[in-house]
Amino acid sequence: MFDIIKKEELNTTVIKMDIKAPLIANKAKPGQFIILRVNKDGERIPLTIADHDLINGTITIIFQVVGATTLLLSKLRVGDQLSDLVGPLGNPSQLDNLKRVIIVGGGVGSAIAYPLAKALHEQGCEVTVILGFRNKELVILEDSFKQVCDNLAIMTDDGSYQEKGLVTNKLAEILDIDTKYDEVITIGPLIMMKYVALLTKKYQVKTIVSMNPIMIDGTGMCGGCRLRVNEQTVFACVDGPDFDGHQVDFDEAIKRSKMYSDFEHHQYDDTCNLFSKEVE
Amino acid sequence: MSKRLPMSLVDAKTRKHSFTEVALGYTEEEALAEANRCLNCKNKPCVSGCPVRIDIPAFIAKIKAKDYEGAYQIIDHSSSLPAICGRVCPQETQCEKFCIQGIKGDAVAIGNLERFVADYHYQHQHKTIKTKHNNKKVAIIGSGPSGLTCAGDLAKAGFKVTIFEALHIAGGVLVYGIPEFRLPKKIVEMEINNLTDLGVTIETNMIIGRIKTIDDLISEGYQAIYVGTGAGLPNFMKIKGENLNGVYAANEFLTRVNLMKAYQKDSQTPIAHGKKVAVVGGGNVAVDAARCALRLGAEEVSIIYRRSRNELPARNEEVIHAEDEGIKFHFLTNPIEILGNDDFIVTQLKCVEMELGEPDESGRRRPVVKAGSEFLLDVDTVIIAIGTSPNPLIKMTTDQLATSSWGGIIVNEDGLTTKPMVYAGGDAVTGSATVIKAMQAGKLAAKSIIAELNK
Repeated sequence: MFDIIKKEELNTTVIKMDIKAPLIANKAKPGQFIILRVNKDGERIPLTIADHDLINGTITIIFQVVGATTLLLSKLRVGDQLSDLVGPLGNPSQLDNLKRVIIVGGGVGSAIAYPLAKALHEQGCEVTVILGFRNKELVILEDSFKQVCDNLAIMTDDGSYQEKGLVTNKLAEILDIDTKYDEVITIGPLIMMKYVALLTKKYQVKTIVSMNPIMIDGTGMCGGCRLRVNEQTVFACVDGPDFDGHQVDFDEAIKRSKMYSDFEHHQYDDTCNLFSKEVE
Repeated sequence: MSKRLPMSLVDAKTRKHSFTEVALGYTEEEALAEANRCLNCKNKPCVSGCPVRIDIPAFIAKIKAKDYEGAYQIIDHSSSLPAICGRVCPQETQCEKFCIQGIKGDAVAIGNLERFVADYHYQHQHKTIKTKHNNKKVAIIGSGPSGLTCAGDLAKAGFKVTIFEALHIAGGVLVYGIPEFRLPKKIVEMEINNLTDLGVTIETNMIIGRIKTIDDLISEGYQAIYVGTGAGLPNFMKIKGENLNGVYAANEFLTRVNLMKAYQKDSQTPIAHGKKVAVVGGGNVAVDAARCALRLGAEEVSIIYRRSRNELPARNEEVIHAEDEGIKFHFLTNPIEILGNDDFIVTQLKCVEMELGEPDESGRRRPVVKAGSEFLLDVDTVIIAIGTSPNPLIKMTTDQLATSSWGGIIVNEDGLTTKPMVYAGGDAVTGSATVIKAMQAGKLAAKSIIAELNK
């Protein structure tokens, strides 16, 4: 069992939690993820490790309530326990020798981008961050990012905060002036990563994407997380989760991500009903 | 010549909608009658066919004398998991193949008797005898049949054994792979409890290579390590359409059903409830997947196998059970493409017919494509069960550990790897094989570790 030490709502649907897991904290590196189960018969869901604290022996997860399991998770309080937690899984992001990087985060993906920005900043890299959100209410981690980057741009779809537009608008603006970046790293919705990769391909800037497909075990066993990368089938859990964005077949990944969407909506509605009944 | 006594089964019509166990086991009378067919041969040919060398005539003699616990003790001396082996061993190619009764008639049903003895033992709750501990620590990676067997033998010899398991429950392929109707999870749990009663510690959610490396374990004072991480990585055919929605690796399909209980009404785990399901492959995994699909409500389940019935690697009994349940076998058939619709959902399987040519390296006749034999099969789910490869994680994260070109860990005749005091066995060494072969490797390594640490 794994204790929830701290809980904070970053916006109306995004929650940050610190969980006691000293062994995982001890080995965690930026880019890696964990798999958790909320309760004994629960689903196994993968979440990126957003931060870790060696002194307190905790890892941080940041998640958006999108389905039944994240809804259940969001209802847990400090002092409650998770049934299972396994990690750190996947290969750490390759950050060595990076001197000048643009990080593009979308929505809750910004949370996953944060540890990368922090690690790069600590190694003396020049970090430019572009974050995209639907509106002002959904903006997260602005202050945290400010501490770890040289330039920060926040884009909102409706213009309710800072600049109106998509992350790709800002990225094009930057790359039009200067393309001498070692890498663009992008994390967020598949559709956003697809268009970031298409754009950077035009400018010939190497682009790393972080993939988070449907998976069960996270150890290479189920094969459910397979992706087409450079015309080969790879497993996101053991071969990734980071891949060369110019090689990933995003259209396939988007279709695969919807495999269980009917079931997921149904489960989510059921779980919502369960909670509303409790309130009554 | 007396006839072999069949085990009673739940009838095919009922069981094809249910995940409860198909084979019901012998009653005491049946076990006695079958045991009396054993000729108690002096040279014990059956024992030579048993990978873990159970003294078969001796345990059967105890059954004849109605000393069932005595029979259990004899089996327990050689096997840590008798309730499991009695259910899943391919006896017809092992012990029973060498039975003298089998030359002119039916071999003694050794597997059925083993199951009877193990079930009797567990039903009568005989407590495991505690052994005295020495202070030597051994770590076992993976709680599948190989790791459990190795742990059992080491614990019986007094070692302090810790098993590290990556998933949230112990059992490996016994819990994620083999379905409930063939191996009830309650049985696996009892066999595992038996080990924890012996003093074995099991740590779940521990993915070795990530949370701790093998070198970390060595520096924590584990004096020997056994790697029984299995062959987890599913193989694909590398044909067009394999990533379509509705195409599963058998591992994923079985894991969703067995480990994550997708067959239960309120399960939180989604699975495709296909109506027309094709399973590619001919091993036990293929048959298990096909029978699971049927139980999830499929109307038509086909097993596509590129060789003929004679080459089927699956356990004979399961093949017969599957056929009785209405599963169709397409022998000498090979898929060449999976077709889907605009929504990226699988719709058809394109296959070719094969014929058997000259024998290949394995001694089996190599299937070759029959010209102009292409045909289409309508499907909404395809399950690929063409074998698995060893998981690369341990290899990636351990220095000095040599592996073969296909990823199998290299060991010597004692089960020792190229890294001092690190042993390995089971599917991690051989590639996908059987439960009993994995147990045999676990036993061998345990014997070597005991000899080495007691020097």
